[in-house]
Amino acid sequence: MTVFGYRLPGMSSLLIWGLLWEVVGQLDLTFFIPALSEVISTLFTVIQTSAFQVALAETAYAFLAGVFFAIVIGIPIGILMGKNRLIDEMLLPWVNVFLSAPLTALVPVLMVLFGFGMKSIIITTTLFAIWIIILNARAGVKQINRSLVEMARSFGASPVDAFTKIYFWAALPEILGGVRIGVIRAVKGVIIGQLLISIVGFGALFELYSANFLMSHFWAVLIVLFALAFTISEFLAYLERRVSYYAAKR
Amino acid sequence: MAMSQIKPALVAVPGSDIAVSTRNITKFYGYVEALRDLSLEFPRGQLTSLLGPSGCGKTTLLKIIGGLLEPTSGEVEVNGQTVTGPGPDRAFVFQDFALLPWASVMRNVAFGLEMRGVGRSEREDIAARYIKEVGLAGFEKAYPHQLSGGMRQRVGLARALSVDAQVLLMDEPFSAVDEQTRRKFQEDLLSLVQNENKTFIFVTHSIEEAVYVSDQIAILLPRPSRVSEIIRPSNFREKGVDNIRRDPEYLDIVDQIWSSLRSYVE
Repeated sequence: MTVFGYRLPGMSSLLIWGLLWEVVGQLDLTFFIPALSEVISTLFTVIQTSAFQVALAETAYAFLAGVFFAIVIGIPIGILMGKNRLIDEMLLPWVNVFLSAPLTALVPVLMVLFGFGMKSIIITTTLFAIWIIILNARAGVKQINRSLVEMARSFGASPVDAFTKIYFWAALPEILGGVRIGVIRAVKGVIIGQLLISIVGFGALFELYSANFLMSHFWAVLIVLFALAFTISEFLAYLERRVSYYAAKR
Repeated sequence: MAMSQIKPALVAVPGSDIAVSTRNITKFYGYVEALRDLSLEFPRGQLTSLLGPSGCGKTTLLKIIGGLLEPTSGEVEVNGQTVTGPGPDRAFVFQDFALLPWASVMRNVAFGLEMRGVGRSEREDIAARYIKEVGLAGFEKAYPHQLSGGMRQRVGLARALSVDAQVLLMDEPFSAVDEQTRRKFQEDLLSLVQNENKTFIFVTHSIEEAVYVSDQIAILLPRPSRVSEIIRPSNFREKGVDNIRRDPEYLDIVDQIWSSLRSYVE
């Protein structure tokens, strides 16, 4: 956008929204919304506390582990579904059901099955992320140019070669798109898991802050989480753009 | 007329042996009979065109020879060996080039060798030689989307040449490039046939192209496909590439093929 001939950098509108927040906070309308300046100064004290750092480390661990399993299980399953009609018929209904299912409702079941600890949170995270990764990998393989597959076969490619040198790369733009959406869902999964299980990570922190009406602490942690999720998503979007040069020309 | 016509009943081609032969090939797609009892012989070191209207099964036949499709009955022999699948004795050139869009020209050309387990430095040496031979020196690091259609097919051709197969299977290789590039390709193909001592099987729907490049033309008629005639142009090719298109025999064959195909074209 340009104003008075000046090109404004992206997301300049955030300044206006930040200003509005500050005004509402300063007016002291509700305890629920402290001024932004207060939240930010709290943010800097909060991130130095060991409680925050432990929560961040635990969340990062659960998140990375969950995303890792979602990717290493999801991508091969998606590729297999795209390649093999039988596997596709067997799994597709389940993938679609779980994609749209309210997975939050499953978390109590997971807690019963896997206990109240890290394991359940990791599984929750994986369950949030994996379905869209599977579906996108499958879609990527489905649109593959048949003659690339024939070409590989005609030069004697083994099934493993075809898998790693043709199918994976041909589907990579879709796979990365799926991973990006999956990662965003994994952020939800890891937080929801922690909130429901609520004895580790940010879940415990949120519980503590909201129970004690520490609203500026609450908002500070929330801002950190939003910023982290947004950064991860933008990084993956950047990776996606790097392969998009061939996405349109396969 | 100055050409020898041979009826589908196979007559040995004088002075050359047979590199590829198909015997009584029948192919069904479900209940649709695509090829019926098709027998053909492809002389070594020569270029044979499969020509016919669309839907006549020429690409199907080529893919059966390539081992990419299995015939419902009948068999293909390459150098006396029955074909059971793709093999190193045959290499494919595809209509849509079938290049890896994420790989450089070098990697694309070397891909066939890579699949055959040739080590990296060796296969890149060989690939570099063929990249140069098809006139793409300097483009080794370019990606397919940076090349024109004609250059992409040169990459496809270099890839097929670099595996040094004895039989080259070309599926309408020039149909996706522009007319001028196409003429250049046809001239290059003639010198390739002369210099490489490989057997070329060439699918096309262009009558002029088939007559221009072929030592032998097999006319396929559709529903179900069978060989209706085999034409061997006799001697206009020795008169040089510039004179082929105005040679009386060339023009006669083009006319004759058109009159036999005319009734099959909707």
